[in-house]
Amino acid sequence: MGENRLGQSANKLYEALVLLDRPRIEEIFIQAVGHASPLQVIEDMMIPALRRLGDEWSAGRIALSQIYMGSRICEDLVERVLPASAVERKSYPPMAIVLLHDYHTLGKRIVLSVMRASGFNILDFGHMETDELVGRVLSSDVKILLISVLMLSSALKVKDVRAALDAKGARVRIAVGGAPFLFDSKLWREVGADAMGYNAADAVAIVQDWRKDWS
Amino acid sequence: MTTAMQRVMTAIGQREPDRVPVFLSVTMHGAKELGLSIRDYYSRAENVVEGQMRLLDKYRGDGLNAAYYAAIELEAFGGETIFFEDGPPNAAGPVILRDEDIDRLEPVRITDAPGLVRALETIRGLKERVGDTVPILGSAISPFSLPVMQMGFDRYIELIYEQPVRFAKLMAVNQAFCADWANAQLASGATAIGYADPMASTTNIPREIFLKTGYPVAKETIGRIKGATAFHLASGRGLGIVEDIVATGASAVGVSTFEDLADWKAALRGRLTLIGNLNGVEMRRWSAERAETEVKRAIAKAGRGGGFILTDNHGEIPWQVPDATLLAIRDAVDRWGRYPLDWVE
Repeated sequence: MGENRLGQSANKLYEALVLLDRPRIEEIFIQAVGHASPLQVIEDMMIPALRRLGDEWSAGRIALSQIYMGSRICEDLVERVLPASAVERKSYPPMAIVLLHDYHTLGKRIVLSVMRASGFNILDFGHMETDELVGRVLSSDVKILLISVLMLSSALKVKDVRAALDAKGARVRIAVGGAPFLFDSKLWREVGADAMGYNAADAVAIVQDWRKDWS
Repeated sequence: MTTAMQRVMTAIGQREPDRVPVFLSVTMHGAKELGLSIRDYYSRAENVVEGQMRLLDKYRGDGLNAAYYAAIELEAFGGETIFFEDGPPNAAGPVILRDEDIDRLEPVRITDAPGLVRALETIRGLKERVGDTVPILGSAISPFSLPVMQMGFDRYIELIYEQPVRFAKLMAVNQAFCADWANAQLASGATAIGYADPMASTTNIPREIFLKTGYPVAKETIGRIKGATAFHLASGRGLGIVEDIVATGASAVGVSTFEDLADWKAALRGRLTLIGNLNGVEMRRWSAERAETEVKRAIAKAGRGGGFILTDNHGEIPWQVPDATLLAIRDAVDRWGRYPLDWVE
């Protein structure tokens, strides 16, 4: 299946995702993996469709509930053809996601689904505070860390994570996401992050870009 | 001299008072004024009464904010609250652990919830201090938004889409609770209720789903509340459901900083009072000049003809916003908010 054809399927997949039409989503996906490798389908169909969902949410044209339900369906479909243990999964460099000093889990859950639906293997650290997170990043040799928060006070704690990792000489790229960063576009730089995502699909683009430095 | 109550009531009546009313949504900031931790501050009604009175004196706002914190409503359902040193208390975790728990969920009596009883004492204490001179603003989380805390946002979205019968049961329990809680606050002396419904926002749910779920719930619940309500979207977008919000019977609407006040003012056509929409998160970094620019911009867009109350876009200004910035905002309202707004083109 050519790139163009998968691109057309990406549009169809997007439309089905907006409607949360699960049978149609499955039909489009199964048809695509019948003609191309799972990774090619992910790269040329799934990721563009999820990217467009994210952009439309950022523009206020679709809702978070559609992103959440849609990304879960995509995660489930991709798991079927590319289980977590599959060697084709994008596992290098080691990467993780965490909810920092915060109890609002939805943002992290969506990013996790979108990352997994995009073929990544990513560690889920759950909810952590600074010291525990730094210890876990070091012990797991994590190189890319995605941090999700909802509260401003939690967002400001990213600065402590950055300082602690720097003090240990750990070369870790940090991408942040969540409401405080949307409301204050300069906040991610202030807390020492290397990038911020405006929506879940941005995490995929950021990580794909950073992975080039480890290839 | 015009009292804050007269100023606000004139604005709500879609007429121009002496100046644009301003609500600075300072809640936990009372702890700073009293030199207490946020946990200690909220442990006694007298603390919150004193804290709010000091904040009123300091910032010369046009309302007293009697709201505690969102998780206090979850405490009524058996939930626990986690306190922080520098931010709003959070719900520690859901109280509906399995979907089947909804089937056995019973309405909660306000008098059985110590936190809510304390909040009602606070309203009575504030009323004793200010009588009818300053509006006292109560708050209630909408039945449609409360489940985000009751069961977690992700599981709640799944419930909305996949389990209509259980969703209806949960709404029935929450509607009874919300109306009782709002009416208890009004009976204790609250002037109006902030009906917090961020889940209704098109940021969170598409309008076609809202119309089948949160909208009828809002309309019915607001109808049961025996006083004025402000439909608050708590930072979420709402222009796509403006007619629906008007139809709920709310008296005012609190809107997002991501939407244009002029668009909202035009869409409302004087039917509801517009409340908004300074960016509370960004406010932390504002200089006095920037604060003035933002106040001026908001008033220029929405001040003409009354029907506008200047406030932040979330209903709670972050702990980290400096006092000097809040004072600069307040001073700018004096400078640019005097009616008639002849400087507005």
